[in-house]
Amino acid sequence: MNKDVTEAPQPATKRPRVGLFVTCLVDLIRPAVGFAAVKLLEDAGCAVEVPTQTCCGQPAYNSGDRATTRAIAEQVISAFEPYDYVVAPSGSCAGMLKTHYPELFAGNAVWERRAARFCAKTHELISFLTEVMKVSEVTARFEGSVTYHDSCSGLRELGIKAQPRRLLASVQGLSLKEMHDSDVCCGFGGTFCVKYPDISNTIVTKKAEHIAATGADTLLAGDLGCLMNMAGKLQRLGTPVKARHVAEVLAGIDIPAIGER
Amino acid sequence: MAFAEHLTSPAFKENARHALADPQLQSALHGIETGIVDRRRATVAKLPEFDALRDSARAIKNHTLAHLDLYLEQFEQKCTAAGGHVHYAVTAEEARAKVLEICRNANARLVTKGKSMVGEEIAINDFLEQNGITPVETDLGEYLVQIRHELPSHIIMPAVHLTKAQIEADFRRVHTHLAPDRNLEEHQTLLTEARVILRDRFLSADVGITGANFLIAETGTSIIVTNEGNGDLTQTLPRVHIVLASIEKVVPTLEDVSQLLRVLARSATAQEMSVYTTFSTGPRRAGDPDGPNEYHVIILDNGRTAMLGGQFRDMLRCIRCGACMNHCPVYAAVGGHTYGWVYPGPMGAVLTPSIVGIENAGHLPNASTFCGRCEEVCPVRIPLPGLMRHWREREFERHLSPAAVRSGLAFWAYLATRPRLYAVAMSLFVFGLGLLGKFFRRFRWLPLAGNWTQHRDFPAPQMQTFQAQWKRRIRTQ
Repeated sequence: MNKDVTEAPQPATKRPRVGLFVTCLVDLIRPAVGFAAVKLLEDAGCAVEVPTQTCCGQPAYNSGDRATTRAIAEQVISAFEPYDYVVAPSGSCAGMLKTHYPELFAGNAVWERRAARFCAKTHELISFLTEVMKVSEVTARFEGSVTYHDSCSGLRELGIKAQPRRLLASVQGLSLKEMHDSDVCCGFGGTFCVKYPDISNTIVTKKAEHIAATGADTLLAGDLGCLMNMAGKLQRLGTPVKARHVAEVLAGIDIPAIGER
Repeated sequence: MAFAEHLTSPAFKENARHALADPQLQSALHGIETGIVDRRRATVAKLPEFDALRDSARAIKNHTLAHLDLYLEQFEQKCTAAGGHVHYAVTAEEARAKVLEICRNANARLVTKGKSMVGEEIAINDFLEQNGITPVETDLGEYLVQIRHELPSHIIMPAVHLTKAQIEADFRRVHTHLAPDRNLEEHQTLLTEARVILRDRFLSADVGITGANFLIAETGTSIIVTNEGNGDLTQTLPRVHIVLASIEKVVPTLEDVSQLLRVLARSATAQEMSVYTTFSTGPRRAGDPDGPNEYHVIILDNGRTAMLGGQFRDMLRCIRCGACMNHCPVYAAVGGHTYGWVYPGPMGAVLTPSIVGIENAGHLPNASTFCGRCEEVCPVRIPLPGLMRHWREREFERHLSPAAVRSGLAFWAYLATRPRLYAVAMSLFVFGLGLLGKFFRRFRWLPLAGNWTQHRDFPAPQMQTFQAQWKRRIRTQ
């Protein structure tokens, strides 16, 4: 992995200590994304550690259960206190950690301070690589055409749109075919997709049509939840598009696509 | 609730099922995505200061809300000085009664109506009809939903759920005095027919009722923003003009309104300005060529004062442009009627529970993916997903969420706050699912996950969690 020569973020002797927030879905369903993140971070010069963790708390937060959300947030903030950075391979979870944790502690001076420190050092994986570690290209190869879905939280809470495309442009053999409305929701929405399955299905069906219309053979995104939703729909429809987390491609990890073997 | 007869929000899921299975509705909804969204983007792109204008619009509304009592009083003084009458209505009932009183005093038989969402909110048409007065909607979209006995499905495009074929059929059904074999094939012939029908009503109406996009405190003026000219005919021709407004419509100055108008039309219809922006200050003065003899402004509260002092205050910035619903993937899938009351889409998901109670509208703030596109386009930067989440919190506090959701959440929360137990439980879960994965790369059906697998496959996991694999890697290093 190459970095801009103009700005080396850290002296070689002191590698930044990154706590990987692996996210519950990656932890359970697709550990390879976690290992891809570790590889990308180590290649960028970080020392990666994985403290014991469960979830960012979004299911509770978006269900209106603030007490549980706060309990989980305190747990996460404490677990990641020793690290220089907290990095998550998900715009949705990173958005939760970075933009929503502070409001949970409004009025509690001690925790407000701890949350503020935590937020300041927390990043989504791809934007961390490009913006903090100044990574401008990767050494991976990927033979094929891909289309990239902008997951909502990453896009709107964290401004992630150009960064993954910039890194994908450096992957040898890869061509990007943009889909119509790449920035429109895929219908996942966390618990939404099981609370309102019919509406979610209508939204993801439309998304699957846009994906298929590109003619790309692989769908990429930065959030496993959205990817499982879209991949599951594409497979149910019999569309031969494979789905992968963008980190897998950038890290050059060769494993079967989501739901394949 | 007095308007319970129109409220179907509790049946949101059933409404959605019907909407998703309605091919005409689906075809009509497709037009929003392909038309208005692209046009808005193009219009906004031509105005580099658009985002700065949004900030300024938010600041104007925030300032007004902070001093709402003063500006309402100022509006009342100025309006009264111009010869108008200002009436405050705490509830929908009070507003309806006031409208009826004014109509009765004017011996009104026929009332023309410009588009008014407050009018929909207080269900004024039904009430007038029950009291022997005929209301006629004159905005084409509102006229269409009136002859169909429906609520508007969108706050600025009331009949966006209809196709041309449906409109043609409705005209043939209702306008029975016209030749049955007349040509209604083109949009133009439909428009001409509506125009001919409504022209007669404009001229014979006793009272005209309009809404107000804004009330200006410094001048006592009400403003309507329209594209068809029907609003002007409604408020100029009859003897009496009634303006239906709500407390948050007031803004301090003409200058403030000119700023808000710059974001309103662009956000609503992708126009730089609407075709008509009409200012009304009091009744006809000596020497005026036209105008009503009486000018009344009814200012409705209906739960808004309670919002002012609480978590949903930001919602009172809303200028009713409809951009949030135009950009909402859920609205695009199910349309406005699914939301089951007057205000649909993201703004309705926040406002409706404030007016009819969260116990009647719980689905609305829940039926959102929190994609954030509504907040992204809102001209007054209302944090709509955050406000919807606040409603979910209220529901949770009051134990209104479904029992299955609550117990599922409680079980998950128990594990998620106990990392060691969580690790054991998840290892077992993943191992079990992973074992099955030896035979299936993905699942078409899973126990307890039917809502997922009815529409999509679920990938088989590896047999070990990331954290377990990571620990092994650390040990072996």
